[in-house]
Order: sequence, then structure tokens, then C-alpha cells
Amino acid sequence: MPPLAQRNLFHDKVRLAVTLTGIVFSVVLIVVQLGLFIGFTTATSNLIDHSGADLWITSKNVPYVEQGVAFSERKLNQVRTVAGVADAQKIIAHWTQWKRHDGGEDSVQIVGINVDDPMEQPWNLVEGRVQDLKSPDAVILDELYQQKLGVTRVGEVFEIGGHRARVVGFTRGIRSFTTSPYVFTTFKNAQNYTQLREDQTLFILVKVVPGADVEQVRRDLLARVTDVEVFTTAQFSHMTTFYWMFTTGAGVAVLIAAVLGLVVGFVVVAQTIYATTVDHIREFGTLKAMGAPNSYVYKVIMKQAAISAVIGYVLGMIVSVFVVRGSQAGGAAILMPMPMAVGMFFLTLAMCIGAALVSINKVTRIDPAMVFRG
Amino acid sequence: MQAAISVRRLIKKYEEGATGTLALRGVDLDVHAGELLMLMGPSGSGKTTLLSIMGCILTATSGSVRLAGTEVVGLREKDLPALRLEHIGFVFQGFNLFPTLTAGENVELMLDLKGVPTAKAKPRAQELLGQVGLGEKYRSFPADLSGGQKQRVAIARALAGDPGIILADEPTAALDSHTGRNVMEMMSDLAHKRGRAVVIVTHDSRVLGFADRIVRIEDGAMATPGEAESVPAGLLAQSLPQASVGLA
Repeated sequence: MPPLAQRNLFHDKVRLAVTLTGIVFSVVLIVVQLGLFIGFTTATSNLIDHSGADLWITSKNVPYVEQGVAFSERKLNQVRTVAGVADAQKIIAHWTQWKRHDGGEDSVQIVGINVDDPMEQPWNLVEGRVQDLKSPDAVILDELYQQKLGVTRVGEVFEIGGHRARVVGFTRGIRSFTTSPYVFTTFKNAQNYTQLREDQTLFILVKVVPGADVEQVRRDLLARVTDVEVFTTAQFSHMTTFYWMFTTGAGVAVLIAAVLGLVVGFVVVAQTIYATTVDHIREFGTLKAMGAPNSYVYKVIMKQAAISAVIGYVLGMIVSVFVVRGSQAGGAAILMPMPMAVGMFFLTLAMCIGAALVSINKVTRIDPAMVFRG
Repeated sequence: MQAAISVRRLIKKYEEGATGTLALRGVDLDVHAGELLMLMGPSGSGKTTLLSIMGCILTATSGSVRLAGTEVVGLREKDLPALRLEHIGFVFQGFNLFPTLTAGENVELMLDLKGVPTAKAKPRAQELLGQVGLGEKYRSFPADLSGGQKQRVAIARALAGDPGIILADEPTAALDSHTGRNVMEMMSDLAHKRGRAVVIVTHDSRVLGFADRIVRIEDGAMATPGEAESVPAGLLAQSLPQASVGLA
């Protein structure tokens, strides 16, 4: 096929620039919003997804991980007697206040763990070791929040909930969805930092025996241990994510922005391709007079849309990569997993081809007799 | 011998609100292969409407139009493009070339519509341009061509489909006398040397000498129903500048 579509597209460079700008804007906006959505979703359930546990035991009516309610830590012994339980540990995850050297205070989420157990250990350490938490008053936090908490180096001492805390290490990439960073410490320290009683815990994490039926163990725990809820890690993760993303409306807001980006792109592309079609209406009339079926004419228009989509997608993704990389240093990371990047290509293509349908309608109605009118 | 185009009792009415306009009032006409027929008449007489119906671009209200033996009146609209592609080549007053394609690509477009693979279309397009004396203009864009050259590219494009019928609407209107004569000589060659049925709508009295027959249309009817003037070949052409350009 002679390059009619390409030539028509590149003939008017200003209009092409407008089309591509619209597509790039749409791609970047959608990537940013969806990337924020994925970033937020990941951040809301970070603690749960990286716990290494199969089951989470909470007090009744705990809707998400930040709303833990204290219960007796003696239930741990009951949990360990249930068939299929390979390991069970007490965990604290709760808010408290961090006092900076300048006297200011910030809210943090204390995560109290058994340092000798693999469950819920801090991950991606870039300085220090998990075992360093065994030293007195030791805490580990993410380097992202150093400035916020006034921390400049390992070894500095601060006050948490009225108790001494010494920084022994930093992680990288452990984001909290709220503005309160996670601070990892021992279970005992966490009880002090959060004013929890010695006989209390907020959660019990369970690892089941390899090959065991997780759902069966969950039911057995519910039957055996009273006044608790038992969730699979996936369930509790979903509950927490759902609360932050949809009950609060945060997720809906970013999704709406993503849809808006799609609408903007659609409208811009539809308008410019339509304008191009109208500019070339006589040529399309000539094509039809020559005997071209409607499908041939549609192909020309669709090709214009597809070419615009590919170029716009490539440019949009280049910009998006820079935006995504730039966001990594900030509190709200924009994530762009490969499936999303691939999906964006098809979404961009669908957007442009859908927009071209407006022009399809126009050319379908062309009267080829127009070619005889001067 | 079967006529290339056969028109009988052709009526075309344009519906406009409560009233309608009768553009053609029962036209009878045959056009044979190897013949150059000219349709003449004042503006609004119906000659372009007649050409459009013969070209399967407009549908008739009633009557009969047979193209190479196939009745086209009553066919569905979606069947008409295929008929045009098979049987008809158009040459337009405004040339109607695609400005973003080169001369060669304009001809290739018709070949592409006919399903000719690109590898064969390119040399064929080059050959056709050579036949109209524009072989060296293959890569030129229409904006870089003169009016006469554009019309010759249009003729090459019309020929690319190898149609039995060439329909031309005022092909020399935008051209000077000399160039117009060149184009008419090509049209004449199409009819007399290549055996096509050529129908030309024209106001241009300078080109009458090229016609085998002239049919005058007035108010949607033939001026002399059932008859047409036959103009002796070259009678009027003697008043035009001489040129030797024809189809190679």
C-alpha cells in the first residue's frame, strides 16, 4: 500500500505535534496515576506482604493492620498447639511518637518482632544487620525517612514514646502508606515504645507446616483460640489495601485521575485525526470514486491512528521513565511494572483507534460524487 | 457488438424537501469500445449527473444502465465500488491527485486497489508514467508538476486499473490550449489505439474535433433524442496549436 497514511500524518507537522502532545500527556498522566495507585497499594500492605507468614491472628473487628487491638499474648501458646502450625510469633505494629533532636515530634509505626525468627524481619538493609536489633534500645528505619526523623547516621540516639532508641541500621524502599515511617525493633522494646502491657500483643503471625492446608489450619485456629480473627496473609493484605485505597477514597481519586487522562487523550486524538480527515476529505472521496471499498479507506485512517499511537507511546514512556525514577526518592513512589508498561501500549493503541472511529463515521458518509464538484 | 455502456430511459430525480429536481428525463445512449464520445451542454443540463450514473457513483431513479453487459441500476451501494474498480477509470477536472504521494505512488495506489503486489506495482507504475511521457517524474510530487503533467499522471492512474471505460469530467478546463490538446490526443489514443470507450464531459469547444460523436444534453434530455451529432475528425482541431504528444 502506498504510504498515504504516513504521508498524510507527517504532512502537517503542527497538527502531528498537537496529536502527539495529547497522546504523551495522556500516557504520562495514566502512568503516573496508575503507578501511584500501584505504589500506594504496595505501600499499604508492605508489612503484611513481606511478613513471611501464612496467617495473621488479630483481635476481633480489626479492619486493617494499623488498627491492631491488644489481646493476651498467652494465646500464643494455644496457637502453637494447633495441628499444622510450624511457627507462631507475637508481633506489634502500632503508632507512637518519635522525638527529634530539635524537640519536634513525628508519628512513627513501631514494628516489634522476634529478631531470631524470620517472620516480619526488615528487608533490603543497606546499613547494619537485623541481628543488631538485639543490642539495647536498637531500632532500624528506612533511609527515605532520615531527614523527616532528623537522623543523620547509625548510632544516633533518639526518644520514642518516652524511651531511649538507638539507630543501628537503615533499609531502602520500605515505604509506609501513611506519613508515619516503619521503625523496626524487638518485641520487648516495642511494648515499651507503644505503652503496651507485658502480657499483651497486637498480632500473632503463623507459619504453617509445608504442605499443610492453610485454610484448614485457619479454621482449626478459629475453633481453638477464642475471641480472635484469623486471616490468611492475602486476606489481611487485601483488607488493609481496600481500607486505605477505597474506604478512604484515596485510590478512587487516583483512578479517576487516570480515567481523566484517558479521556483527555481520546478527545485530543479524535479531534486532530478528525481535522486531518476533513482536510483530506476530497482525497478520500477520490479513493471511493476510484473504487476503493470503505474498508480500504478505514485502513488508511486506522493506520494514521496506529502510527500516532506508537510514536506517542514511545515518547510518553520516555517521559514516564524519568518521572518514575524521580519519584523513587520521594515519599510516594510511582511504580511501573513491566505488565503495566506493556498494557499501556495496548491502551494507547485502543485509545487512538477508538478516537479514529469518529473519523470513520465521517468518511463512511462521503459522497464520491463530490469529486465531480470543482 | 455489445456497447461498453448502454443507457436506456434513464431518469434521475434529486429529492429536495417536498419538491424534487428532475436532473435526467429519460436518456438513451450507447457508447462503444474504441469510441470517443463528448457530452456537451450548459451548466445544470445534467451531463455530469449522467457521467456520474454511468460511472456507478450516483444511482439512477429509474431506467437501465449496463456496463460491459452488467445491469447496475438496482445494485446495492456497496456493490458499486467493485464495479468501478473493474470497469472504469476516471479523469477529473481538478486532477484529484494525492498531494502527499509522488506521481509514481499516485499510480501505484490504483494498482494497490486492484490487488497488485508492491513489487509488481512499482515497475508497472513506472511503465504507465512512461506511456504518458512522464517516466522521469516518478518521484515528483504533484506540487512540482504543471497542470498538464498532473492531468497526464491522472490519466496514467486511470489506466492503471486497465478499465474498458474512461470517464473524464472537463479534463482540459484547467489547462491552456497547447496542454489541453496534448491531453486530448492522449484521450483520443485511449479510444482509437487502445480500444477503450471514452466519454468526456466538456464545455471546451476547442476539443470538439477529437470527438467521434457529440451528444448535447439540455434540461436533462438529449437535445436530439435518439440521435447524436457526428463531427468529422479534425474539423475543429485545425484551429488548435499543433502538438505531437500522444500515448507512447
